[in-house]
Amino acid sequence: MLDFLNPIKGFGVAFHQMLSKTEVVEYPEVKKPTAPRFHGRHQLNRWPDGLEKCVGCELCAWACPADAIYVEGADNTEEERFSPGERYGRVYQINYLRCILCGLCIEACPTRALTMTNEYELADVSRESLIYTKEMLLAPLTEAMEAPPHQMRLGETEEDYYRLGAKSESKDGAK
Amino acid sequence: MGLEEKLPAGVLLTTVEQVIGLARKSSVWPATFGLACCAIEMMATGDPRHDFSRWGMERASGSPRQADLMIVAGRVSQKMAPVLRQIYDQMASPKWVIAMGVCASSGGMFNNYAIVQGVDHIVPVDVYLPGCPPRPEMLLDAILKLHDKIQNTKLGVHRKREIEELEKARLRQLPLLDQPEVVS
Repeated sequence: MLDFLNPIKGFGVAFHQMLSKTEVVEYPEVKKPTAPRFHGRHQLNRWPDGLEKCVGCELCAWACPADAIYVEGADNTEEERFSPGERYGRVYQINYLRCILCGLCIEACPTRALTMTNEYELADVSRESLIYTKEMLLAPLTEAMEAPPHQMRLGETEEDYYRLGAKSESKDGAK
Repeated sequence: MGLEEKLPAGVLLTTVEQVIGLARKSSVWPATFGLACCAIEMMATGDPRHDFSRWGMERASGSPRQADLMIVAGRVSQKMAPVLRQIYDQMASPKWVIAMGVCASSGGMFNNYAIVQGVDHIVPVDVYLPGCPPRPEMLLDAILKLHDKIQNTKLGVHRKREIEELEKARLRQLPLLDQPEVVS
């Protein structure tokens, strides 16, 4: 009936869109948070006293499907202690040009030393700069922490460290 | 001192390099080179939510002669390598390359005979972008880092000298394993 209005109806779609809100996230200024479990850059965690959690076992390197992780372990001594227990990761490198951020290394880590952050802005101009070393991956020190090497402060043996979480849980009355 | 002192208020001076850099970076036309899953994320970067037309990049197409930037998205097989090089050679200078995703940057998890271990074996890469695949924000971040590089590109004789210096540094560079360890 009103067929002659059809061309104007077509314009109606365009005018409607002009009035609707834009979808754009103004990226560099506005950064929408990722999903909380987004697989971003790795982080090497520390115990509450600053000792490293990494024991240099290389399980992450073994689990890595892209061979992106390189670990060299070394022995702790009484004078130079980096982690509770026998060994620590002396060299730790992740090649972000190989890493596919799958998270298998995180699953493999027996001490929860390696976790992933939500940081994703990794682009760089050279291959060398994208091989992240241990210093770049280690979690920043908080106020209560002291940079290793130093003595074990939270227990006599490494087992005391590993049970730290369990202790606080039983205090809270859970389980 | 110079001319700046004699100028009336409200007049700003800059260099020709900076002006041309601004012009170049304000509309970098990408030649898409989507080869795998990264291409999907590259398409997503052009969608309304991420919208790289905010930097004058909406004309993403497969025509190299009208393009300034090649975004290599995905794994490059040995068979594709000469094609990629030809596309790059057809682009008019000045041109830039982003290696998007780990496969384009270094071969990624495909460490085998079929895949080129990084497109920098074939074409000079300006920005490496890790991720598998990188999310659109990561590509935008790489593009912004490239913008920074374009803005500070030198011109004419300075550019020639810069290229010479870079080339010299590259030739002197040791393989990664032999590089002296940096102690922080």
